[in-house]
Amino acid sequence: MAELDTSGGGGKKGGKVRSKKQSTRVDLTAMVDLAFLLVTFFMLTTTLNKPKAMDLAMPDKDDKNTQEPIAASRTMTVLLGSGNKLEWFVGEPGKTPPTVGDYSKGDKGIRKVLIDQSQRVKSTTGKTMFVIVKPSEKSVYKNVVDVLDELHITDNMAFAIVDISPVEIDLLKRDNLF
Amino acid sequence: MPRIKVPRKSTAIDMTAMCDVAFLLLTFFILTAKPKVEDPVAVDMPKSATEQTLPESGVAILTVGKGKVFFTIDGPENRKQTLLQMGTKYNIGFTPSEVKQFQNLDNVGVPIQQLKQYLAMDSEQRKAVVTGGKGIPTDSVSNELYNWVHEARVVEKNLTNKELLFSIKGDSNEEYPTMQRIIAILQKQKVNKFSLITTLRGK
Repeated sequence: MAELDTSGGGGKKGGKVRSKKQSTRVDLTAMVDLAFLLVTFFMLTTTLNKPKAMDLAMPDKDDKNTQEPIAASRTMTVLLGSGNKLEWFVGEPGKTPPTVGDYSKGDKGIRKVLIDQSQRVKSTTGKTMFVIVKPSEKSVYKNVVDVLDELHITDNMAFAIVDISPVEIDLLKRDNLF
Repeated sequence: MPRIKVPRKSTAIDMTAMCDVAFLLLTFFILTAKPKVEDPVAVDMPKSATEQTLPESGVAILTVGKGKVFFTIDGPENRKQTLLQMGTKYNIGFTPSEVKQFQNLDNVGVPIQQLKQYLAMDSEQRKAVVTGGKGIPTDSVSNELYNWVHEARVVEKNLTNKELLFSIKGDSNEEYPTMQRIIAILQKQKVNKFSLITTLRGK
C-alpha cells in the first residue's frame, strides 16, 4: 500500500534548500500478515496434536465375588489370529463352528458382525451381548486396538480381554491363523 | 455552482496495534506449545475413533516398541522422588547432580544397574545405549518394571494424594505377548484401568 507523502515538499520562499522530511511510518501490513500466519499455525498444531487415549478396564484377576455367570447364548468370542485375521463364534468353543473374519468395514468385517450379532442377541434374549476378546500370541497390538475401537463404535460396551485357551488356539491353527 | 471538494484521505491504515496483538498472540502460542518428546523407539501408534484426550498431568506413559519398554514419569518432583526410592530399593546411591540429570530425562529405558553410567553420558552415547539395549527389564526375576510402576504410584499418592494414571503407547505391529506381559505387570498391582494412546481416524 502506497503511503502518501504528507510532509510537504519544502518551501519555495527564502531560497534555502531544505532537505525533504521522510515519513517515519513503516508499512506493517506484511509483518502483520506473517504474524497472523504463525499464530494460526501454532494454534492449530497445539490443539490438534493432542494424543487420544482409549480407556480400558481389564477384569480383576483376584476378585472372584463380582463375577456373574453369563449365558453362552449371548456371549460372542473373538479370537485374534495372525495376518490381520480373526475368528468369531457365539457360544462355547468347540460347539459352534467359528467364522473367519477381518478388521475391514466390509461384509466379513468385524463391525458388521458385531452389529448383526448384537441385534440378534438382543431380539432373542432381550439382553445385551457380551463380547470376549482373546488375542493370540500371533496377533499384534494394532489388532487389539482395532477390535476395541469397533466395540466402541458399535456401542458394545460389555466386553473383556481374556487370555486365550488351548482349545481356541487349536481352532485358529485349523484355519491357518496361528 | 461551486463544488464541495471532498478531501482525499490516505488509504493506509495504521497497522501498529494489529501488529502488537498479532505478536502478543504469537508469543503466547509459542510459549505454551510443549516441545514434542521424542520417542526412544519408533512408535507408530494405532488409529482409533476415540476422541477422548489424554490428561495433561498425573499420567505415566509406558512406551512399547520392538519388544522394549520405556517408562515416562511426569513432573520433575515425581521423577526425583521415584528415582530416590528406586535407589533405596536397589541399594544405589544417586548424587544430587545425577538426580538433576534424571529430572531432565524424558524416559527411563535402561536397567537400573546401568542407570548411573547412563546418566553420566552425553546424548549421543545415550542414543547408542538405548538402541542397543533392551529397555527396562520386564521379567519377574528382577521385577524392575513392576518396581518403577509401583514407586511412581507411591510417589504420586504422597505428593498429590491422587492415583497415578497409566497409559500405554504401543507400536501398531508390536506382538501381543509383549503387551500381555506389561498388562500383567500392571494388573499384578491392581492397576486394572489404564488407557491406550492412539491417533485419531474417522469412523
